[in-house]
Amino acid sequence: MNTHKRIPSFAIGALALAVLAGCNPPGQKASSSKGSSDNAASRTFVPPGEKDKYYLFYSGGHSGQVYVAGIPSMRHISTIPVFAPYPATGYGFDEETKEMLGEYTWGDVHHPGLSKTGGVYDGKYLFVNDAANNRVARIDLRDFKTRQIIGPIPNSSGNHGSSFVTDNTEYVLVATRFSVPLPKGRYADPKDYAKEFNGMVSGIKVDPKDGTMSIGWQILTPPFDWDLGSTGKGPSEGWAFWTSYNTEMAHETLEATATQAERDLGAVVNWRAAEQAVKDGRVEMIGGVPMIDPAKTPGILYFLPIPKSPHGIDTDPSGRWIAAGGKLQPVVSVFDFHKIKAAIDNKDFDGDFRGVPIIRYESALEGSVPVGLGPLHTQFDGRGNGYTSLFIESVVAKWKLPPWSDEEKADLNKVVLDKIDVHYNIGHLVTGASDTTKPYGDYLVAMNKLSKGRHLSVGPSQPESSQLIDITGEKMTMLYEAFTEPEPHFAQIIRADTVNAIEVYPRDESKHPHAVWDAKETGVVREGNRVEAKVIAIRSRFIPDRIDAQVGDELVIHVTNIEQTTDMIHGLGIAEQNVNVVIDPGETKTIRLKLTKPGVFPFYCTNFCSALHQEMQGYLAVKPAEGLAANP
Amino acid sequence: MHEFLRREIFFLRRPLNIWSRLLLLLAAGALVAAIFLPLWKIHLVAPQYAEGLSLDIYSHKLVGGNNGQDLHEINGLNHYIGMKTLSEADFVEMKWIPFALGVFILLTLRAVVFGRMANIIDLGVLFLYFTAFSLGNFYYRLYSYGHHLDPRAPMTIEPFTPVMIGSQKIANFIQTSLPQIGGYMLGIYIVLLFAALWLSRKEMP
Repeated sequence: MNTHKRIPSFAIGALALAVLAGCNPPGQKASSSKGSSDNAASRTFVPPGEKDKYYLFYSGGHSGQVYVAGIPSMRHISTIPVFAPYPATGYGFDEETKEMLGEYTWGDVHHPGLSKTGGVYDGKYLFVNDAANNRVARIDLRDFKTRQIIGPIPNSSGNHGSSFVTDNTEYVLVATRFSVPLPKGRYADPKDYAKEFNGMVSGIKVDPKDGTMSIGWQILTPPFDWDLGSTGKGPSEGWAFWTSYNTEMAHETLEATATQAERDLGAVVNWRAAEQAVKDGRVEMIGGVPMIDPAKTPGILYFLPIPKSPHGIDTDPSGRWIAAGGKLQPVVSVFDFHKIKAAIDNKDFDGDFRGVPIIRYESALEGSVPVGLGPLHTQFDGRGNGYTSLFIESVVAKWKLPPWSDEEKADLNKVVLDKIDVHYNIGHLVTGASDTTKPYGDYLVAMNKLSKGRHLSVGPSQPESSQLIDITGEKMTMLYEAFTEPEPHFAQIIRADTVNAIEVYPRDESKHPHAVWDAKETGVVREGNRVEAKVIAIRSRFIPDRIDAQVGDELVIHVTNIEQTTDMIHGLGIAEQNVNVVIDPGETKTIRLKLTKPGVFPFYCTNFCSALHQEMQGYLAVKPAEGLAANP
Repeated sequence: MHEFLRREIFFLRRPLNIWSRLLLLLAAGALVAAIFLPLWKIHLVAPQYAEGLSLDIYSHKLVGGNNGQDLHEINGLNHYIGMKTLSEADFVEMKWIPFALGVFILLTLRAVVFGRMANIIDLGVLFLYFTAFSLGNFYYRLYSYGHHLDPRAPMTIEPFTPVMIGSQKIANFIQTSLPQIGGYMLGIYIVLLFAALWLSRKEMP
């Protein structure tokens, strides 16, 4: 080893580094685009076999699914199929999930909302909206399965402004992004948008016993294109807030036509008053739903002017401060709910719009915090700070919530405490339990719309990037970066110990009318053209492993996985019949097939189960229809 | 010799003092407990069963861990090597052992009332025989489950005898088998019998 030669090359390397460090293009900071240090690595490292402290439920956007990851590792743990078939878990192939999905094979999952009791997460349900087909789904966190899909919600279109859960999960509150002529199915010329189209705010009632959702009430609104919202708490408990971005009521080239007004009208909704109006019968039944006309039933809806083309509106953990991000203005507008309430009580209005009072902007505003370019959403740490995503600037800005000192009020730049670069074009961001009265205050996940250049190239279809940021210190620290499939919008973080998931379906609780638990109860029965098979799956066989039928039959298979062991999951895939169900331990699933072609179709266990998984197979033998030649 | 036999008869006729009788009462209690508490535990651990599968053997029943689920799981796994299904109904000893323990309880109470050294000797001899027979039977059961394997089973393994006390490796499993509190009660019974004998060894008839 020639050390003499190595020393100069090392020196040259050091020199090169020094030169490069001095060559950053203007505006590019050297430090923050990389995770800061080994310390960051140790803070996100969850050793093999150990578990994360938090669940992160990402919305999957137009994938129609929800992704589950762990924090701080950011490891993807599982995918919960919601609005789209997912062969990996057999979702959308069995009768029960096919019925839930209805006529749609996709949805656009935007804003997950966890159920709450007493203003904090109770770990029971996760609600997600389908912005495309106006639906809301409830995922039961007992088994991490989609248990109900409600919708398309009547009288509304574009369920984007959802799913905002009230303090005791009385309601999941939703609002329409798109407006359509009502009743739905009626034609009107989009030129007559302002006159003929309407939007809607709806209260999806949640049964406290089992979480079953139903439409509680609806509030008819002008066609404003409602955007994000949030529910109140503390002093604002019983209220909810939405922004809108099309007070102009434009119907074409919205990019220009809907961005003219300095302020758009947000919605301030007294949902308890809406509930009371339904009880008092001050509603009209339209499309089977109690509908409130806010002009005829005052005290339920108020408008609040919010600058400019706003997006997110978030209530802080105290319930007093409401922060709205104006996409086209570099400030977060902070409203004081006490002032909003006083303005309503004193009728301090700036006129009305179609009979709905407009709260005077100046009377409700506490201040405009100059956070930076393109503010969208704000999350909270429970220590009096807000964290706002800046889409245009690709930054998360940390700022201090009111009350502010006179000195701070004189120059609100002083309450902007820290900024951290994210990569790139952050949309939503989430902190743990930000929408509750008790945020966790330790981690923030930035969900960035562009990940370009941050990962190994995977061609033109790019994943999204999610960055984990430590918010425990005065300064935010970048910890980790993960990638997800398109496309996380909002997410929820919940402590792992708040969720109690089962890992097998206990046999004693099996209520499926066609479940069989013993080989003696299995069998294939024909009734006319209907062939019904009761099958059990157990390591490493199906009983029975032969099903006979003929062309023209309707074949119904009820398959029960009689295992009671964690992770002993079986699948049932039938070759060339386009069906695969996956049956968890203790679960029964039903498949229905119309047999149209003769032949012998092997079926087999698709979810690897045991050493003799490969042997777990059988045959669906389909004879030609009676009267036809066996081999034409 | 004559002197020894005379002393032996004399010893067998010794009455039992209050302490001995109390200990016999306790001994009867230990057997009552042994009927209801688990006698033995078989525990199986493998990489994918880190939390283990357990089987508790009672005088009158076989109970799988995890609310009975472990017994199904063990049977499920055993079918791969062709081992006969473990089923409570197949164990005739789960009928006669509780019966025999009941007889011992009655005989022990009888000894409390009759209060003769000879009663303890009778109990001790019979109980040792009973214990030896039961353990022998247990071993035979283990041997026979491990040796009468279905030749058509998916996996062929060398016949084996699951260990009765201690641990051993069988394929990917570590099997551990140890007496439990009910089993210890049977040992305590013997100790109490001997203590009762000892405390009255000098009582005069």
